[in-house]
Amino acid sequence: MINIFEVNETNKMIEQENLDVRTITLGISLLDCIDSDIDVVCDKVYKKITTQAKDLVATGKEIEKEYGIPIVNKRISITPAAIVGGSACKNEGDFVKLAVTLDKAAKEVGVNFLGGYSALVSKGMTKADELLIRSIPEALSVTERVCSSINVGSTKTGLNMDAVKLMGEMVKKTAEFTKETDCLGCAKLVVFCNAPDDNPFMAGAFHGVTESDAIINVGVSGPGVVKTALEKTKGENFEVLCETIKKTAFKITRVGQLVAQEASKRLGVPFGIIDLSLAPTPAIGDSVADILKAIGLEHPGAPGTTAALALLNDQVKKGGVMASSYVGGLSGAFIPVSEDQGMIDAVNAGALTIEKLEAMTCVCSVGLDMIAIPGDTSADTISGIIADEAAIGMINQKTTAVRVIPVIGKGVGEVVEFGGLLGYAPIMPVNTFSCSEFVNRGGRIPAPIHSFKN
Amino acid sequence: MKKTIITVVGKDTVGIIAKVCTYLADNNVNILDISQTIVQDYFNMMMVVDANQASKKFGEISDEMTALGDEIGVQIKVQQEEIFNSMHRI
Repeated sequence: MINIFEVNETNKMIEQENLDVRTITLGISLLDCIDSDIDVVCDKVYKKITTQAKDLVATGKEIEKEYGIPIVNKRISITPAAIVGGSACKNEGDFVKLAVTLDKAAKEVGVNFLGGYSALVSKGMTKADELLIRSIPEALSVTERVCSSINVGSTKTGLNMDAVKLMGEMVKKTAEFTKETDCLGCAKLVVFCNAPDDNPFMAGAFHGVTESDAIINVGVSGPGVVKTALEKTKGENFEVLCETIKKTAFKITRVGQLVAQEASKRLGVPFGIIDLSLAPTPAIGDSVADILKAIGLEHPGAPGTTAALALLNDQVKKGGVMASSYVGGLSGAFIPVSEDQGMIDAVNAGALTIEKLEAMTCVCSVGLDMIAIPGDTSADTISGIIADEAAIGMINQKTTAVRVIPVIGKGVGEVVEFGGLLGYAPIMPVNTFSCSEFVNRGGRIPAPIHSFKN
Repeated sequence: MKKTIITVVGKDTVGIIAKVCTYLADNNVNILDISQTIVQDYFNMMMVVDANQASKKFGEISDEMTALGDEIGVQIKVQQEEIFNSMHRI
């Protein structure tokens, strides 16, 4: 039988080290809502979401109470809206109408975010894809809970540079459309390469077309738990360090697995995957940067950071894979600058630059996430940043993403406040040399060769 | 059988176990095991109970026990045993 020490260890993780289940995300297929009339589509979409997800929040709360583990977010992901609205939406306004319907449905069922205002354009854009992409700035400014993601490339198809160029413009335009709220729209917009179909985390979640009608995906988290465990290994060698991370990751993931199974059983929806990502929050102690410090770096960004992050995430996966029957989603380290106090400190101390963050994405980080950049950064430069990140993903056969926020009216050294889970961020300098000629060439970057690895 | 774990943590005082046990008896919850330690005046108790025949719903018992804890000046948590089993047993 379970003993008092084990019980105390678990409860200490929950109460003092911020162990939580970050999100239960219900993926809902909207393929059966497709129609040629936009009003019919909106009506069907609203009904399907509010029926399928009506018990999601209540069930989440029930599980929280019975196991005493916080489930921070209950969310929904849907079939990419460009597919759902493809035959009905004749102009950008029609897509915005769909976005408003999604927002209304999200509010009705009480979820805090709904992801899937998306288009998958890794090789080419259909007319509908392009309309959706062009509608993003308005859609994100008139809705509150809708999140958008665009997949602009993959290892198999190469990079769609037309889409990369367009997304640079859309990120900039979204910032302008939402400048009253510190450009919050950009915090709900992600540009991916190799986007996974079953990611439960926002803003990049969508319900891929390879998925079943409905599915439960769960994201666990517990950077604080890993950090506390590592504090006891100070001065020990890498073997001890890695073992400790692995064991801790196992324990954290087991909780996620339990919650996922319970949610799946109670909602009558099959269990999809557990996403083994370490996701920080602005809360003190809930920080991936603090883990890097516990590993032995003065600040993230110091030489050694990429290696430390690589080992950290590999051990998290090794521990987590054994704890769960199905692992998927992003399963990488999230290093969103604004959502991690340790990262903010590192930027303020001058230790961390965008270039170093980019290098970290080569090994396991999911991307340039929640980085505030000067408002006068050009759309071409943002496209260049997206192209660089996407190229890393394409060549390394991994998911990479860009979620940058050009803060209109603010420059380097100023601070932007998003509030809540999104936190606040110091504005980071961007290399200002031009890449216009490069991003304006048009066309595609061909898929990479998969042999002769180096 | 589904088991429930009750933990009581807080400053030691007279009658903590008595009050918790009385509440459980009143609500038809059967105590299977108790372990308890006191470290530096800090009371730390874990109970394994069977709440399957309880006269109230799990959520209600949980809320009332939390309230009882506030009354005594200790923290009481009621959790299903599975969370500990999944974390500590392969």
